[in-house]
Amino acid sequence: MSFINYSAREINCKIVYYGPGLCGKTTNLQFIYNRTNPEVKGKMISLATETERTLFFDFLPLALGEIRGFKTRFHLYTVPGQVFYDASRKLILKGVDGVVFVADSQVERMEANLESMDNLRVNLGEQGYDLDQIPFVVQYNKRDVPNAAPVEELRKLLNPTSSSPDFEACATKGTGVFETLKSTAKMILKDLRSMSR
Amino acid sequence: MMNSSLVMYDEDYRKLLAIIQRLAQDATAKGVFLVDTNGQMVAEAGEMQGVDTTSLASLTAGNIAASSGLAKIIGEEEFPTHFHQGQRDNLFITLVASRIILVVVFDERSSLGLVRLRVKKAGVQIAQVFEEIRKKAEREQASGGGSPFSEITDDDIDNLFSE
Repeated sequence: MSFINYSAREINCKIVYYGPGLCGKTTNLQFIYNRTNPEVKGKMISLATETERTLFFDFLPLALGEIRGFKTRFHLYTVPGQVFYDASRKLILKGVDGVVFVADSQVERMEANLESMDNLRVNLGEQGYDLDQIPFVVQYNKRDVPNAAPVEELRKLLNPTSSSPDFEACATKGTGVFETLKSTAKMILKDLRSMSR
Repeated sequence: MMNSSLVMYDEDYRKLLAIIQRLAQDATAKGVFLVDTNGQMVAEAGEMQGVDTTSLASLTAGNIAASSGLAKIIGEEEFPTHFHQGQRDNLFITLVASRIILVVVFDERSSLGLVRLRVKKAGVQIAQVFEEIRKKAEREQASGGGSPFSEITDDDIDNLFSE
């Protein structure tokens, strides 16, 4: 749910990075954080366990520039991917404007990808959202690993009608990270426009 | 769901700012912040310059969301107030009208009793302003439009991402 502030001439939107455990959601945010200018980003917050697994969420605020005199700010969140953190994932989806699904390309993570996608659909539904109606982008991450499944296979499972934009990525090197973010942000802004017409 | 965007106009903002400025004064607070339950900072008052308000807003919303989840697990609807006691500074957090979070930071110059008393009064006023905002949004939705985004073009959006 976006927040349009006429007084500060700002629009704030929320993007959530979803996906199975260790798929690279936090790595996406870390890459964005490391590669953006200091005046564009705020502090990145990671609520993680001692072993650096996301416990509650990561948070990164970004200011992307102005549209018609309105500053556009995007708040990027990740969810904890591990199955047993479901209660936390539900909370983080509250008020979401767009979702990035980060898939793990490794063949042995196919089931985990599917399980997480189903979980996303259910949790969004509980908040009153329909995954097919909101801005949604799929990222096939870890394309550089030797046991990566072919993209066509991943697409067949995770984006079968190709109705959502999808990108190949290697978040540790940054490949596809900004493309994913830009695509999601654009979809959100277009969605806002269509809602206000 | 997505249509329930929070749209705040200058006059609403001024009203909210006046309420929290008065609260900061009356409660002898160091800082007062209004945060949307989705983690957006709405307004701030007081003497706390240089605080990372964006992070404050996001963590406050996460905190409220987590305790609200806990409340439901044990059969409560909500835990509407939270108090965190520190060595020097304390936090008093209240959920107003299930929609907005009021955060008061105070030190030894004030007391929990005073803050609680002043927050009660301010909370009612803040709830009234948000009720007005809600009604205004409903009227505007019924009349169709009014958002600055109805006029933006694909080029405007693309320009935002040009390197």
